[in-house]
Amino acid sequence: MYKFVLKRLVMLIPVLLGVSFIVFSILSFTPGDPVEMRLGDNYSEEAYQAMKEEMGLNDPFLLRYVKYIGNAVRGDFGNSYRTSQPVLNELAARLPNTILLSAAAMLFAVLLGIPLGVISATHQYSAVDNISMIGALFGVSMPNFWLGLMLIVIFAAGLRWFPSSGFEDWASIVLPAVTLSVNSLAMITRMTRSSMLETIRQDYIRTARAKGLKEGVIVIKHALRNAMIPIVTTVGLQFGFSLGGAVLVETVFAWPGIGRLLVECIKLKDTPVVVACVLVLATMFTVINLCIDILYAFLDPRIRAQYKTAKG
Amino acid sequence: MTNEKNRKKSQVAAIWRRLRKNKMAVLGLVILSLIILLAVFADLLFDYETLVIQQSAALRLKPPSAEHWLGTDEVGRDILARIVHGARISLPVAFVTIAAATVIGGLLGAISGYGSRQLDNIIMRIMDVFLAIPSILLSIALVAALGTSMTNMILAISISNIPPFARIVRSAVMTIKNEEYIEAARAIGASDARIIVKHILPNCMAPIIVQATLSIAGSILAIASLSFIGLGISPPTPEWGSMLSTGRQFFRAAWWVCAFPGFAIMLTILSLNLLGDGLRDALDPKLKT
Repeated sequence: MYKFVLKRLVMLIPVLLGVSFIVFSILSFTPGDPVEMRLGDNYSEEAYQAMKEEMGLNDPFLLRYVKYIGNAVRGDFGNSYRTSQPVLNELAARLPNTILLSAAAMLFAVLLGIPLGVISATHQYSAVDNISMIGALFGVSMPNFWLGLMLIVIFAAGLRWFPSSGFEDWASIVLPAVTLSVNSLAMITRMTRSSMLETIRQDYIRTARAKGLKEGVIVIKHALRNAMIPIVTTVGLQFGFSLGGAVLVETVFAWPGIGRLLVECIKLKDTPVVVACVLVLATMFTVINLCIDILYAFLDPRIRAQYKTAKG
Repeated sequence: MTNEKNRKKSQVAAIWRRLRKNKMAVLGLVILSLIILLAVFADLLFDYETLVIQQSAALRLKPPSAEHWLGTDEVGRDILARIVHGARISLPVAFVTIAAATVIGGLLGAISGYGSRQLDNIIMRIMDVFLAIPSILLSIALVAALGTSMTNMILAISISNIPPFARIVRSAVMTIKNEEYIEAARAIGASDARIIVKHILPNCMAPIIVQATLSIAGSILAIASLSFIGLGISPPTPEWGSMLSTGRQFFRAAWWVCAFPGFAIMLTILSLNLLGDGLRDALDPKLKT
């Protein structure tokens, strides 16, 4: 088991190096002169050359990449062109907000989606089932930034229940989290329903029922536990995707997270910040996917056994 | 020759029969056809210059009425007219991006599945790296690097859609390439290229078509998202995402400037999702649960 986790962790390294290389190279070819951005309009040729040397832009591309990675693993993502402050400071200030937003959204999606999916499956073709499936259909197809705007119109501008932007108190997380959760909620409900429908037709469920167990025990202990694997996959994938979705939702709600930072810095051509934001989000996405793989083994004794017997 | 034609026809007919029975898929197809028809005849319904582009101070932010069914925007343009013309951008652009991704991804997948082990490893590891970045993030990074323009947006969305196609085609090729009919084709001296194009690709069309339909939906969302954050198509072009983006400043007082363009995005994506799910069931009855 430890070997398996270790092996997956080692496999993470080439993927992350690849991701960082792609991001670093596409943004290194971004039009616009970073030296000019740092110096402003008024500078001498000497100052220009000195700054270029200081920023390491005279080095060949590959050397710059290696240096960047060497610094990045030590937490040094360079300085922002805009503020001349270390990028790490900005990331450290913004990242917890994005994690908080994504986690809140996923919590909402899981707490609502799994029960809805279970009820839809145990009461197939009932009103609850039909309504939640139609809802899920819309939820999957809805652009989250549009939903965010609509929620602002209704609940912030109209009813004045929640603030529409920023992050001042706990009420301000409600609308962005709900907005970000809707696609995931729909996917989790759908997956829970179809996975449950498959398991409740199995023989062991009939056996449990024949034994005279209570319906609640059958549904939760026997059926849901066995239906969990595809649900966990969906939750994990959606958690990853919510990091991408956060870019748009944060923009709509002026949420002080890493996604909004990314969009702002793209417009201002602050490349070090952009590279760092994309890297951090992609790394989190990859690590979440890895966690899902490991979680499988804990959920399914069959898979666990496979890794125990497998060599390496 | 005629025999082969007949066989193909009957295959399509069988798929169509199965698709027709699926009410949701038919609904998707009907909605999508309506949107396409509106896009095709947009110029007959709403004149581009006078209704879509021309501004009018007197008509600023008028709510929905008999003359302007969906109201007018912040510079007095008819929102319905702009949405209908917007379909002329979203649909073809999404189609082009996915067509490009299908061809390139399919080719890479076929080479990967059919070629040497080393080549397979190289191609698939590169695809893994691309899959490790959420596609919207990859598109954003690519547009940020290339600069904001329609061409660059198309390029970015195409690239971020390549990996799933490469994977699908690769795994299909892997399962098919050891079938007896492929061996038979090789025995009568068919070249690798001929085997891939004539025998393998037609047999993995089903998953490709399903993925393409669903990817077009994803691409429409990506176009709207990029335009919304100002990295895609910029005003005054009537693109749905950019309509939402400019409408943002006024929507508290005039909800309709944002409500309807977003609804258009949702309806288009919804119809493609319904059709894609229906096609999956119709193309491969084995998969249906």
